[in-house]
Amino acid sequence: MNVFSAEKLSVGYGKKIIAADISFQIEKGEILTLIGANGSGKSTILKSILLQLKTLSGNIYFENKNIHEMKRSEIAERISAVMTDRITPELMTCGDVVESGRYPYTNSLGILSSDDKAKVREAMELVGVGNLFYTDFSCISDGQRQRVMLARAICQDTDILVLDEPTSFLDAHHKLELLNILKKLVRERNLAVIMSLHELDLAQKISDRIICINNHTAEKIGTPEEIFSGDYINSLYNLKSNSFDCMYCSYELERPRGEPEVFVIAGGEVEIYRKLQRKNIPFAVGVIHENSIEYPAVRALATEIVTEKSFEPVSQQAIEKALEIMKRCSAVINNCPAWGTMNKKNSVLMEQAEKCGIPVYNSKK
Amino acid sequence: MNKKIRYTTGFFVLFIGMVLLFFVSLINGSVEFSLKEIMNIFSGNDTTVGQNIIFQIRLPRIVASVLLGGSLAVSGFLLQTFFANPIASPFVLGISSGAKLTTAIIMIFCAGRGIILNSVSLVISAFAGAMTATGIILAVSGRVKNMSVLVVCGVMIGYICSAITDIMVTFADDSNIIKLHNWSMGTFSGTDWDDIKIISVIVSVTLVFSFLLSKSMNAYQMGEGYAVNMGVNVRLFRVELILLSSILSACVTAFAGPVSFVGISVPHLVKGLFGTAKPIVIIPASFIGGGAFCLLCDLIARTFFAPVELNISSVTAVFGAPVVMWIMLEKRRRKTT
Repeated sequence: MNVFSAEKLSVGYGKKIIAADISFQIEKGEILTLIGANGSGKSTILKSILLQLKTLSGNIYFENKNIHEMKRSEIAERISAVMTDRITPELMTCGDVVESGRYPYTNSLGILSSDDKAKVREAMELVGVGNLFYTDFSCISDGQRQRVMLARAICQDTDILVLDEPTSFLDAHHKLELLNILKKLVRERNLAVIMSLHELDLAQKISDRIICINNHTAEKIGTPEEIFSGDYINSLYNLKSNSFDCMYCSYELERPRGEPEVFVIAGGEVEIYRKLQRKNIPFAVGVIHENSIEYPAVRALATEIVTEKSFEPVSQQAIEKALEIMKRCSAVINNCPAWGTMNKKNSVLMEQAEKCGIPVYNSKK
Repeated sequence: MNKKIRYTTGFFVLFIGMVLLFFVSLINGSVEFSLKEIMNIFSGNDTTVGQNIIFQIRLPRIVASVLLGGSLAVSGFLLQTFFANPIASPFVLGISSGAKLTTAIIMIFCAGRGIILNSVSLVISAFAGAMTATGIILAVSGRVKNMSVLVVCGVMIGYICSAITDIMVTFADDSNIIKLHNWSMGTFSGTDWDDIKIISVIVSVTLVFSFLLSKSMNAYQMGEGYAVNMGVNVRLFRVELILLSSILSACVTAFAGPVSFVGISVPHLVKGLFGTAKPIVIIPASFIGGGAFCLLCDLIARTFFAPVELNISSVTAVFGAPVVMWIMLEKRRRKTT
C-alpha cells in the first residue's frame, strides 16, 4: 500500500515553476532517490512535499488522505526531515537537537515525558551518537552532525523520512556509514525514505527506485537497473557521451582531441589510458574485446577503437583495420602482457610495427 | 538532572539579586532612609514626608524599572529568535526610536493644544511607531537575507527617528521641554501608580502570551524548515512574535523613553548564566534579569552624581556595551576551539 503519493505536482517559488507534472508513489520499506543536475529542482520538490514551500498545483496524499484535510500536527507525525542547510542553533546540546524531534508529541509548553526521553535515547543509540547527548551541537564533526539530525528525524516517529542530500558534506567513510544506517532503518522500522543524492554510484546501490529530475519534470522513474542503462545518465547530466559508465558508475575526464598519435595494443590494465589522457595525447586502441575490463575506460578516452566481439578470437578483418590506424601513429604501446588463444592475432600488430619502423614501447616501462 | 540544578540556581541567583537591589534602591536616594525607617514607613508609623517619598516617588519608580526593564529584555530575546541574530534588539532595529518619534509627535501636538494625554494613548502612539519601524525592517529582511544589511537598516532608521525627535524637541514650547527632553533621553522617573497599573496589565498579558509561544520558538530556533516540519504554523508564529515584541518595546518607550542595550545584553547574560537558549527558561529569566539590570542601572543613574540625574541609557550603555563586545569575542572563541 502506498504510504505517500504525489499527483501531478508543480513546485517552485512564488509564480516561478521549477518543476511540474511530478507524480510518484512510495511504499513502506522502500528507498526512493531523486537524482538530477544542480538546479533541476530536487530540493524544491523535497521542500514542497515537506510543506516548507507551497505547492503550485497538484495533490499530496498520505495513504489515501489528502494533505489539505490534515492538521499540521497530524502531518508532523507522518513525515520527518533531514535538510541540507546546516543549522547553527545557539547553546544547544546534541540531546536538545534530537529532543526537538518529539515536538509534535509534547504538551503546549513542549516538556518531554519520560517516554519521549526514552525515544530520544533510543534514536541516538540507533545511529551511534548516544555518547554525544551532552555535547554542544556546534562542536561536533559533519559526520556526527548528520547522524544527530538523522536521530532527530527518527525520534519524530514518522513513517516517511525525507533527506535532502544527506551525504553531501561527508567523507567516503561517513557517506557509506550514513547510508548503511539508513538501509538498516528501512529494514528494521519499515520506513519509507525519499531522498536526493548527488553520488550516482551510491544512488544506484541504495535505491529501490530512482526518480530522474530533468527538463523541469520527473523525466524517468524506475529501478536502478532501468535508469543506469545505456546512455541515459549521460544525457540526464548533459555529459559528453560516454564519460559516465553505468556499470561501474565511474566517470572519465574528457578524451584528448585530435588525430591519434599513439596506438595502444589492448589486453592489460587501464592505467596507461589514464596516463595518456593526463598528458593529453590522443590515442587509438585495438583490438579490444568488448568484455575486457579496460573497455569502459577505453570507450570513454580513446579517439579510435577497433573492437572484437566478446569470447571470439580476434578476426583478420579487425587486425587489418587496426593496422591501417596504427600506421598513421608515431608510436605503439604494447599493453598486453601475453598472447592467448583469443588475442593471438594482436601479435601481428607488434611485428608489423617493428617492420614499419614505428617505435614500440611496453606499457609497464 | 544537572540541568535542573543549574536552572534552579540561576533563578535563585536572579531572584536574590532582584530582592537585594529592590531594598538598596528603596533606601538610597536624595533622602536616605535606614532599614528601620523603611520598616516604620511600611507599617504606617512614620511621617507623611517619608511615606510620600517612598510610596509616591521611589516605589513606583522601582516597580516601573523592574517591569519595563524585564519587558525590554524579553522583547530583545523575541527579536533575537525571530531574526536568528544575536544583536537584534528593539533599539538596534530602530523599533524603540520609531516608537519614540510617534510618541514625541503626539506629545508635542497635544501639549500645543492644551490636551492632557493619558497613558493609554501614549502607549497606542508608541505602538504605532514601533509597528511602522518593524514593518520597514520586515520589508528589508524579506528582500535581503543578509543580517548585517538588516542591522545597518535598523540603525539608520534609529538615527533618522532620533534626529527628527530631537529637532521637534528643540522647537517645542518651553513649558513642555523639560519633561519631553528627559523622556526622550530615557528615564524611569515620573512614573505614578496609574502608569504602573497600565504597564502591569500590558506587560503581564504580553508575557503570558510570549511564554505560551516558547514551544514554537524552540522549534523555530532550529530554522524555519524544521519548524514547519514539526507542525508549527510559521506564518502565524512570526506575526505573533513580532507583535508581542513590538507591544513590549512600545510600552517601554511610551513610559520611559528609548532605553538602549538592555534588549541585547540581558538575554545574552541570562543565556550564559543558564547555559541554554531554551525559551521556556530564558523568557522568564530574561524578565527577572532585565528587571534587576534596570533596577541597578536606575539606582546608579539617580545616586552616583546626585542631585544630578543621569539618563538611563547612559548607564545601561556603560554596562551593556561591554557585554555586547564580550558576546562577539566569546562567539569567535567558541568557533575556533
